[in-house]
Amino acid sequence: MLLRLVWVFVLLAVSAAAWWLWQRRDGKLQGVTRAAPRHGERHLGSATLGVPLGARATFVQFSSDFCQPCRRAAVVLRGLAAELPGVVHVELDAEEHPELTRRFGILRTPTVLLVDVSGEVVGRISGAPTTEQALDALDAVADSTRAAPC
Amino acid sequence: MNDQSQSEGLASRPHPPGIDPRGPRFGAGITALLLVTVLLLAPGTAARIVMALVVLLFVIGVSAGAPGSVQGRIFRMFIRPRLAPPAELEDPRPPRFAQLVGLVITVIGLALDLAGVPYALAIAAGFALVAAFLNAAFGFCLGCEMYLMMKRLAPTRHEAV
Repeated sequence: MLLRLVWVFVLLAVSAAAWWLWQRRDGKLQGVTRAAPRHGERHLGSATLGVPLGARATFVQFSSDFCQPCRRAAVVLRGLAAELPGVVHVELDAEEHPELTRRFGILRTPTVLLVDVSGEVVGRISGAPTTEQALDALDAVADSTRAAPC
Repeated sequence: MNDQSQSEGLASRPHPPGIDPRGPRFGAGITALLLVTVLLLAPGTAARIVMALVVLLFVIGVSAGAPGSVQGRIFRMFIRPRLAPPAELEDPRPPRFAQLVGLVITVIGLALDLAGVPYALAIAAGFALVAAFLNAAFGFCLGCEMYLMMKRLAPTRHEAV
């Protein structure tokens, strides 16, 4: 019985560690290098989105309508879009856009695609970012734009 | 709407009333304790009985939703009155789907066990325990994460393929 208890404890400890590793990625910008396309499509333009892209960056958020972290992400990103010039926030319902969800490999919500002014997807954020993480993402867009060959 | 932010469709869809997100987590904690019991007792009749109880609780949870489950009622009657109001409410549908995920895992485990498959009960209880534990301890909802994947694999309406 004691050995069993130990095994149960080990199982829970391993699960907790795995969860902790997994959720560390939440809110962080991934895949910003232009050399490494990861999830298929790289281009998401204003024609598809139906709105003009931000001169600095566009946050394209994929949400589900029952997802609380999506509400939080929308509040953060909408706030930045209102405060910072050239930053646009677009929120799409993943269920309403199965085509886009498939094209960009959207597996969970919220997923935010970070799109530069030319319509290139320069990175993505999985899970709701904090304001600070979103600001870091904007800085990363600026860096990747500077580093791009002309 | 000329501001720089656009959200479409989400606010206009009818929403069921939000629930206290701590309710499903408390329920998951109870479930986790029962599943630990199964793991400690397995194999054997006693373990099967406890597992059958877990299955029954999931059946109630799936049909009545998380607040309607036995654990949900216990939470509302005894725990919630002692707590401050929740900071935010959550949509009840993902926790309800999570109950379905739990039900499927435990039913399969119990069925395989009754069919004589060795370790089936313990393995199924182990999987369900991990999900229940992560939900109770960290608020991680495996069923909620799976929801979108399922929708992608089997779109119901708005099939704009």
